Amino acid sequence: MGDLADLTRPAGDDDAVAGVPARLVAAPASTEEASAVLAAAAAAGLAVVVRGGGSKLDWGMPPERLDLILDTRRLAGVVEHAAGDLITVVRAGTPTDDLDLPGQQLALDRPVPGATVGGTVAVNTSGPRRVLYGTARDLLIGMTVVRPDGRVAHAGGKVVKNVAGYDLAKLFTGSYGTLGLITECAFRLHPRPAATAVVCAPAPDPAAAGRLAAAVRDAQVVPSAVEVDAPPGGPVEVAALVEGSVDGVAERAAVLHKVLGDQARDGVPEWWGTLPWRTGQVGIKLTAPLSRVPALLTEARATGAAVTVRGSAGAGVLYAGLPADPPGDVATVVERLRAAAVRAEGHVVVLTAPPAVRQLVDLWGPVGGLALMRRVKDQFDPEHRFAPGRFVGGI
Amino acid sequence: MIDVLAGRLRAVLGAERVLSDRQQLRTYECDGLAHYKVIPALVAFPHTAEECAAVVRACVAANVPFVARGSGTGLSGGALPHADGVLVVTSQMREIRDVSPADERAVVEPGVINLHVTRAATPHGYYYAPDPSSQQICSIGGNVAENSGGAHCLKYGFTAHHVTGARVVTPDGDLVRLGGRAPDAPGYDLLGAFVGAEGTLGIAVEVTLKLVRLPESVRTLLAAFASTDQAGAAVSAIIAAGVVPAAVEMMDALAIEAAEAAVACGYPAGAGAVLIVELDGPAAEVSAQFDEVRTLCRDNGAFEIRVAADDAERALFWKGRKSAFAAVGRISSDYIVQDGVIPRTALPEVLRRIGTLAGDHGIRVANVFHAGDGNLHPLVLFDAEVPGEAERAEEVSGAIIDLCIEYGGSITGEHGVGMDKSRYMPRMFTADDLDTMQLVRCAFDPAGLSNPGKVFPTPRLCGEVPGRHRGAHPLQEAGIAEVF
Repeated sequence: MGDLADLTRPAGDDDAVAGVPARLVAAPASTEEASAVLAAAAAAGLAVVVRGGGSKLDWGMPPERLDLILDTRRLAGVVEHAAGDLITVVRAGTPTDDLDLPGQQLALDRPVPGATVGGTVAVNTSGPRRVLYGTARDLLIGMTVVRPDGRVAHAGGKVVKNVAGYDLAKLFTGSYGTLGLITECAFRLHPRPAATAVVCAPAPDPAAAGRLAAAVRDAQVVPSAVEVDAPPGGPVEVAALVEGSVDGVAERAAVLHKVLGDQARDGVPEWWGTLPWRTGQVGIKLTAPLSRVPALLTEARATGAAVTVRGSAGAGVLYAGLPADPPGDVATVVERLRAAAVRAEGHVVVLTAPPAVRQLVDLWGPVGGLALMRRVKDQFDPEHRFAPGRFVGGI
Repeated sequence: MIDVLAGRLRAVLGAERVLSDRQQLRTYECDGLAHYKVIPALVAFPHTAEECAAVVRACVAANVPFVARGSGTGLSGGALPHADGVLVVTSQMREIRDVSPADERAVVEPGVINLHVTRAATPHGYYYAPDPSSQQICSIGGNVAENSGGAHCLKYGFTAHHVTGARVVTPDGDLVRLGGRAPDAPGYDLLGAFVGAEGTLGIAVEVTLKLVRLPESVRTLLAAFASTDQAGAAVSAIIAAGVVPAAVEMMDALAIEAAEAAVACGYPAGAGAVLIVELDGPAAEVSAQFDEVRTLCRDNGAFEIRVAADDAERALFWKGRKSAFAAVGRISSDYIVQDGVIPRTALPEVLRRIGTLAGDHGIRVANVFHAGDGNLHPLVLFDAEVPGEAERAEEVSGAIIDLCIEYGGSITGEHGVGMDKSRYMPRMFTADDLDTMQLVRCAFDPAGLSNPGKVFPTPRLCGEVPGRHRGAHPLQEAGIAEVF
């Protein structure tokens, strides 16, 4: 076990998580170094938060305690790209924008600029193309993690088809750094399409937008994405993406034009693939079964607040953004949206909000299986040192 | 002891749905991997989620292990009974509760047959994508336990990618909903851990499945090559061209011979290997890619290419492939079905080494595989009447798994670890890897009653009852004890 002083540096003014200052920062360059750091941190009983690009560090609740920030940005680079096997192994601290895989792609959208691969996995962010490719959980085929006690564990492997052992990669995906540190991820890849086309069309109201989205899904064009954008007060817009060969995409785009009506036009709308909030605003994730997406859009409008709702009508995953003031109004909007989502068998999670709003709202809402989740946390992190309090139910 | 439990179960289910007669129990002594046989102490047939939970609670109260079983088609002994335990058969829970094309979801009970989901969805223009070869008889509950694949998972993924929710009976006997109709439920992805856990984390009593829109066009070709090397090169060329077929299946000469003997599928004579390539999707994409695939097969030495003119001919192409396991019974009295995975690009090398292994041991190996994703199904042929042959076949079968590990692959691509392969787990994973996986087991099933003895070669002691402490035990903290 190494000495913490040799493995860390004192934290600077920028080394805080959602306003909570850290004492130390470690930036290991390998899984082995990370293991040594975390073993030392375990011996000293330190509270740890993992930080990649820092783009989503304020998502979830602030940590109840914080001693050490584990910075992953030196854990970077592509370990392997086996093009013939359509797989890659990537270190967690690699910025998603740096992934260069000739002829192929990791089909994972990047709604948050500046994110690392590990951060994208840890928070399970997704974008428009999840309709066709799924999310990080679906693309992961293997993972290396360091447990809170410093032990290194692998799950899965480097082949796409593999059912040996528990799928720990899925458990770590979306765990917000509360189970341990992700150091390497193996993904299945997809060929880069020769051509893409986006066709979009306005809809007078959420119900009409829902009908357009349903018509696109019904058309057998195999869309990679079906997006919707509903700014407060303005018209709703629906947009669909197809990817494939040059000729095939042209024909499928023509079908989309037919389905989306006379006002359909070609081109990527400026809102495509972006989250509908700015720094300092409130960001919310809403999910629902596909047929209930219009109901969520309608409810957002009915609140009368300046809420923009945007996201995947093809997957049932939407995002809402609104101003943070006054916090009481935000809390009312969250309650109304959550009630509508629960009626639709979906969920509302407040991803990010200023402290004044966090004090008034439950970020996570009802969570199924919470007792089991606590037991999982107790097994992996019995001392509750990893991002304590950040996750559901105070995990 | 077991009589008391039997009485409790009869009180819950009625006398006719609890078996304790040894002759009747014998019917359930094995699953699809028939050379492992264990007669369970009791067999129970719940009809509802609540009944299933009550059965599990009764087992927990009596400290008796339980094993869930669907249709019993598994090929790794995952549903092999426990001699002192209760076999919980879910095959009578077979209601399709909902088919919703508007939500692209179906909600089914665990005993529903895989193919029946597609049959129920097809009139609406949808289907259920995972298609294990046993899809006419295997159940969704079993598919969830084993994370079943199939020929089309190259493009569409496995069961885990098509399950969005499940109501499960936990090993404590609680009913819990994981996930649901909507995606991305908040919290840990327990559903992701549950699917493929082979019944060690509880029993699924209701499953919400993703439905996929039927493709506009499906085209299938059968290409005959002189050798598996040529066929493998054709597959590499197809992948390199950026084509992701719905399925790419390969059979070698011995597998073809067996299929011909069994189902007279009429594959081209003299072929050292055949490929079945299926493309699906929008017509405009499929027709262009199909021409490309045909050219690539020819460029890599295909001496005959047949294109399925209609569904009947497509079914004939598939008949030879899907019957291959059973078909080898025509050319060999006994055989072992192996399931391993290698990186697809290692295929020619691994096949040569399998050939050498077989030759050295005087054993024949027929090869059938999902060539697109490197999932091998070598069929190791032997005659149990010949002294020593069964042992040599076992050796070859085990050595093939070692090859898969050596080439960075997996000991199982779709059949699961079950009882059969738990001994290989330490070759693929480190002690810490296995220990970490078992943390999940300890969270769900600290008493180790849910399908014990499967997946892991040695159980982990789970220590204290979870959730009742914070912080490590003093002995653990002092480094004196790991578990206690």
